[in-house]
Amino acid sequence: MFYRECSNFKDSYASDMAIFPIPLDRWGFIFMLFMAFVIIPMFASEYLIANIIIPFYCFALAAFGLNLLAGYAGQISIGHAAFMAVGAYATFNLYGRLGVPLIPSILGGGLISAAVGALFGLPSLRIKGFYLAIATLASQFLIEWVIVHVKWISGGVFGTIEAPKMFIFGFAIDTAVRKYYLALCIMAVLMTLGKNLVRGQLGRNWMAIRDVDYAAEIIGVNLYRDKLTAFAVSTFYAGVAGALLCFCYLGAANIEGFSVLVSFALMGMIIIGGLGTVLGSFLGAGFFVMLPIAINQSLGSFMEVVPADILSNIESIIFGGLIVFFLIVEPYGMARLWHTIKDKMRLWPFPY
Amino acid sequence: MVRKLLFGIVALILVAGFIMVSTQAMAAEEKKPEQFVGILAYRTGPFAAGGSGWSSGKEDFMALINSRGGINGKIMYKWEECETAYNTERGVECYNRFRDRMAFVHPLSTGITYALIPKGTEDHIVVVSGGYGRADASDGRVFPWVFTLPTNYWSQNTAKIKFIAMKQGWDGKDMATIGKYLKGLKIANLHIDVPYGQETKPILDAMAKKFGFEVRHFPVPWPGIDQKAQWMDIARRYKADWVINRNWGVSCTVPLKEAARLGFPANRILGVWWCGSEEDVLPAGPAAKGYWSTNFHGVGRNFPIIQETIDKVYGAMQGNISFTRVGTVYYNRGFVAGIVDHEAILTAQKKFGIKVLSGEEFRWGMEHLNITAERIKEIGAEGLMQPLRTSCEDHEGGGSVFIQQWDGEQWVNTGMIITPMKEFVRGLIEKSAEKYAKEKGITLRDCKE
Repeated sequence: MFYRECSNFKDSYASDMAIFPIPLDRWGFIFMLFMAFVIIPMFASEYLIANIIIPFYCFALAAFGLNLLAGYAGQISIGHAAFMAVGAYATFNLYGRLGVPLIPSILGGGLISAAVGALFGLPSLRIKGFYLAIATLASQFLIEWVIVHVKWISGGVFGTIEAPKMFIFGFAIDTAVRKYYLALCIMAVLMTLGKNLVRGQLGRNWMAIRDVDYAAEIIGVNLYRDKLTAFAVSTFYAGVAGALLCFCYLGAANIEGFSVLVSFALMGMIIIGGLGTVLGSFLGAGFFVMLPIAINQSLGSFMEVVPADILSNIESIIFGGLIVFFLIVEPYGMARLWHTIKDKMRLWPFPY
Repeated sequence: MVRKLLFGIVALILVAGFIMVSTQAMAAEEKKPEQFVGILAYRTGPFAAGGSGWSSGKEDFMALINSRGGINGKIMYKWEECETAYNTERGVECYNRFRDRMAFVHPLSTGITYALIPKGTEDHIVVVSGGYGRADASDGRVFPWVFTLPTNYWSQNTAKIKFIAMKQGWDGKDMATIGKYLKGLKIANLHIDVPYGQETKPILDAMAKKFGFEVRHFPVPWPGIDQKAQWMDIARRYKADWVINRNWGVSCTVPLKEAARLGFPANRILGVWWCGSEEDVLPAGPAAKGYWSTNFHGVGRNFPIIQETIDKVYGAMQGNISFTRVGTVYYNRGFVAGIVDHEAILTAQKKFGIKVLSGEEFRWGMEHLNITAERIKEIGAEGLMQPLRTSCEDHEGGGSVFIQQWDGEQWVNTGMIITPMKEFVRGLIEKSAEKYAKEKGITLRDCKE
């Protein structure tokens, strides 16, 4: 009744191209922003902000980066955690050693990561599908090896860095809430840019490549350029996410924290969340970051009656079971669930 | 229909879980005050063997103290576990979950240790990395909140070299003559190629230079399941006299099998203490017989305090792990960590009175620890642990290394307890710690008082 397109007359090009054509969506989005910027920092506990929401934002950003590559451009990468590592270590070097201001160093970390990503994207010009996946897996191991063995990168402490204290124009970013705002602002800006990127020419080119690459080439899409930009943009997001994860959440980074398992988790996020959707990146990151902790926390109440070793394993069992459950119920990801709900709402209360 | 039903059930379970958490938080009310201990366990994941044994040993010790009526009879231990699966992000989450309630934390993984050192320093929570983590954190002037009790990797490696010299005929007393026995010896340092594995390379190189033996490093790529090439090199080309096995988890077992395949004697392999548990050698079968491993505590059940635990804790069905694992290496390691923490609490309570301790007070106890041989006997842990004495500068305390050997069925305490080359290690630790302090802009704490 309320959620509908009809009687929404579009009288300008701007309204025709709006991201949220339905007013209710728009209000909902503004409400979400209000929640993120005002309500959460005011009312959520420090524990919730520092441990659940900040990593959630970081992983949502990383998952969106991978989604650009895998969901929009159709190129698989299973070495994305390594690009997060590149971003984290590059930012550490720019900010901690070279004295570049904080925001430029985080973005610079992303740019360095993008350069490395474009390099590892080169094989995608010749190979695709599973073969490309294996080639990108090599990036994971190569980057890990380089970071551990080139002592200069981490300053000689065995691939481990400690995030220096953060300042923006002399303003210290030390408390959880301030770190939260830093992560939120960067995430929000980059997500807005990304959403518009995939709506524009570049995003359409990527989707054409994803659907049928030779057809895309025939209609004039430059495969060489667009595949490499897909890799570059995607790894830029991963790099920034890695830097935020290290600076805003962990406070220190160890190369073991960016292992191949994290790459697989990112892959899992976009598949569970929904390939080729922005919303899916958030939902998938929420699923992988929040759910295990929620399960773990809720199991804590059984601590007295069930032996600890069984409890620890139950978490993995439930989480694994839920992954299978969602894949069977909604193979197109959780974002698709939202679309189904939307379609139902359009017809409510008179479905045919 | 079925789909909706399933979905509803899952949602209900989750909601119910959350409600239970919140009610549980309200229901906590006990008679005696409680000293909270947060345990960062990993009972799942690739290193579950180590994590489960350690946490259960520590919990069993606390259960024993509680069954005796608590700390000094007044304060009960209360612990909660948080599963990290050896994952750094989860470890940090667990730390923050317990942060406001606990006085000290055992990170139990290299990655988590590195992440928690700055956090613990800031939040005034003691980080105890017993036998792992940063070796240079033994310098209390730079790392006031970190303790590497009872020993660290660098001390361990000097003790290893001493052990090798002893096997070559050295009497183990006169440091002036050790060079004679080590001269020309070829030692292969087989290490997993991650930060943890590389940490001892510099100290081995320094010792090789000093004592005239030869050391070559053989990196094993993570996760180290395949080590054929490295072993061909070690046994056939390099013809090593001794091999130091510095691996972790599944990669600990592989060298034993490879050595047997190439006819390299197992009693020429000396493992790091994370490669010296039952879980590491049992899969290798008879190939492991004769394998040496370092340790920093005793193994087995033949200690009065462990017997008492079996009696009081397992007798009352309060045990935290299957009974067969009581007395195994990882179990005893957690148990000894429990004893050391307990002694620190007792020390601090002598000064601050019998009450629930804060991080600052616990740190004071840790820093003024003096566990003498008599005290160890009194506890009933003779042979299970070494005397420890910490100070403002020295956060390592003991440093001695136990040697154990696998007889094909169980680990045997050889009774050899080797002291490290203290001055040599201390010099390197101070140098490394001062470098860290300079990089971070930390002013060294003055320990004169």
